[in-house]
Amino acid sequence: MDIWFSQMDTNHVKTSVRVDRQLFSGQSQYQRIDVFETREFGRMIVLDGEIIFSEADEFVYNEMIVHPPMAVHPNVKNVLIIGGGDGGVARCCIDYPEIEHIDVVEPDEMFISVSREFFPETAKGFDDPRVRIINQDGLRFLRRCIDTYDLIINDSTDPSGHTEGLFTKEFYGNCNRALHEDGIMVYQHGSPFYDEDEISFRKMHRKVYKSFPISRVYQASIPTCPAGLWMFGFASKKYHPLHDFDAERWKKRGLKTWYYTTNLHYGAFMLPKYVEDLLEEEEGRKAKETE
Amino acid sequence: MNLIQQYKAPIYDALESFRRQRVVPFDVPGHKRGRGNPELVELLGEKCLSLDVNSMKPLDNLGHPTSVIRQAEELAADAFGAAHAFLMVNGTTSSVQAMILSVVQSGQKIILPRNVHKSVINALILSGGVPVYVPASVNERIGIALGMDPKAVEQTMDENPDAVAVFVNNPTYYGICSDLTTIAGLAHDRGMKLLVDEAHGTHLYFGAGLPVSGIAAGADMTAVSMHKSGGSLTQSSILLCSDSMDPDHVRRIINLSQTTSASYLLLSSLDISRRNLALRGAESFERVSRMGGYARDEINEIGGYYAYGKELVDGRDVFDFDQTKLLVYTRDIGLTGIEVYDLLRDEYDIQIEFGDIGNILAYISIGDREQDIERLVGALEDIKCDRQKEPEKTWVGDFIQPEMAIGPREAFYAEKETIHLLNASGRISGETVMCYPPGIPILTPGERISPQIIEYIHFAAEKGCSLQGMMDEEMETLSVLL
Repeated sequence: MDIWFSQMDTNHVKTSVRVDRQLFSGQSQYQRIDVFETREFGRMIVLDGEIIFSEADEFVYNEMIVHPPMAVHPNVKNVLIIGGGDGGVARCCIDYPEIEHIDVVEPDEMFISVSREFFPETAKGFDDPRVRIINQDGLRFLRRCIDTYDLIINDSTDPSGHTEGLFTKEFYGNCNRALHEDGIMVYQHGSPFYDEDEISFRKMHRKVYKSFPISRVYQASIPTCPAGLWMFGFASKKYHPLHDFDAERWKKRGLKTWYYTTNLHYGAFMLPKYVEDLLEEEEGRKAKETE
Repeated sequence: MNLIQQYKAPIYDALESFRRQRVVPFDVPGHKRGRGNPELVELLGEKCLSLDVNSMKPLDNLGHPTSVIRQAEELAADAFGAAHAFLMVNGTTSSVQAMILSVVQSGQKIILPRNVHKSVINALILSGGVPVYVPASVNERIGIALGMDPKAVEQTMDENPDAVAVFVNNPTYYGICSDLTTIAGLAHDRGMKLLVDEAHGTHLYFGAGLPVSGIAAGADMTAVSMHKSGGSLTQSSILLCSDSMDPDHVRRIINLSQTTSASYLLLSSLDISRRNLALRGAESFERVSRMGGYARDEINEIGGYYAYGKELVDGRDVFDFDQTKLLVYTRDIGLTGIEVYDLLRDEYDIQIEFGDIGNILAYISIGDREQDIERLVGALEDIKCDRQKEPEKTWVGDFIQPEMAIGPREAFYAEKETIHLLNASGRISGETVMCYPPGIPILTPGERISPQIIEYIHFAAEKGCSLQGMMDEEMETLSVLL
């Protein structure tokens, strides 16, 4: 048997993974959901043809979207996770005892039930009593929130799929209002390497940069992401991700991690030159190079 | 409607079997299935170019249809409940032209509302018909022209018993419907034809709980923009006739100006869309109505905006309201519709149908998804939070009824001179001035220019409306009759 799943990174590049067998395939109201058992990555979940996470590399993503803001903000009590139907981000959050309340806003009920069935370890995050699941569109939910959260994590996947609305000016504006005055928003910033992705990468930074006084980008290396490189955004009304970072306070927690360290925290915000250039151009701090 | 028959799509089927035959082309179009124009194939796709073919025996001919196009037209007529249907490839503009040229000859009168599409005025330039406008009533709060009050129509008919036809746009761009059934009765009692511009009303034939359609209300001819709510390709349209019309006469009129190289991309899109509407239209438009209703409720909950609906209905000049239309009055947050339109596009990557001085129209259709509605609502809320201003006091009504000095055709061909707009008061306009969107003429050839009209043109230009039709792009001078 020789079955391969291919993710089209661009029209001309694909990432292929050998599949042992397909465990699930279904079409929800929002997207097509597939689960594969693979040799290299273990179980892997695919939404509309894009790899969302695999057992082998989900730790990178979940740690990197939760620990950096938690190591900066001194007192997070209320967390909002937009998307997050797999429960992985919530699972990382419940390790923090000061968090009192975690709202997970995921419109796709099928995605949640598939995650619970095939990724019980990841979906464990949902079982904590502090977690509340809300099956609603993220934008709709946010419209009714004002000055409510300390941390908002946009765990939505794809700026061109059904979660497109969560990568827009209206979303960032709504997040700003939903946060307390010292709140932080972190979000997926995609991959800047391929030309097609670069445009949405630029636009995203431009929108957030206008909506928040502090807006920085950090990176992680995730094998199943296009070009193996993934970016996150850190936007905040008050705290700077490096100046207000308290490494000693975080280390004292003694949390077990496989990717994140306090040294890596600094390193993650040190970006390749071409990425720095893209960001500075969008901030208007650097003239765009003529082609 | 014979539902079993509606599963057929004769033009689509003919194209499919033609494609499989792999006929070697020694005819036009010269791109020869795209091989002669690789960049175009790259852009539009091989399949699209391979179906861009000429009229030929197995594919029929739109000018004189005898086989698959004729069958497609018969199926369309049955689906819409009309006696005859004509597939049109030059936009609903051509359907409107065909309606007017079919019933209004030079010097004959036609009764119409002021807020007609420019294609109607243009058709009168072609036919030589003389427009008689029914005074438009305007909703002062939201500044839009309303429908035709049957009483006002009856009065105009009594004053002009020699008129040959009444023309109604229904629903208007703003979703306002007139009492077509009553107007049809009034017209037929006097031997006048009822023509309906249903450019925004394709869905009325298929959705449940929507306002009555032109044909069902007794219209003699209606122009249906299939490419708007019907889902076909841009520029395709359908002209419907009741059994009161002679189809051969209408066909001859259409052929006066219709291309002899009709696009099969457009024709097949009409054929397939008709099938979709007949088979699935009811459920699709139920969803569209539901999305429209949801968006209206959410937008009204934001506050400051007014997304209007059925509450406008008064049984006279608003006989009914088309709930699939999402119209929002924006002036109460201190922004014009044009400003909100620009913000949505420039800052939020959302393209809506139009913004005028007081309103925006977001077009909701069978192609929309719930998450897109959330984006629109979210963006409107963000705009209100970021940009809200004190509402401006100045208000210039959207519609001014000018005085008709001479007929549009006579004015169109008359000797003219160009003078500064400020000096034009009292003169007769030699050109059309359109405020676009929504595409309603401020002035048409033959109308007398008043100081209020000059002021209105300045105000609209200041607010960023695109004024079109004037030869002077700077909009400082105007062509007037000598």
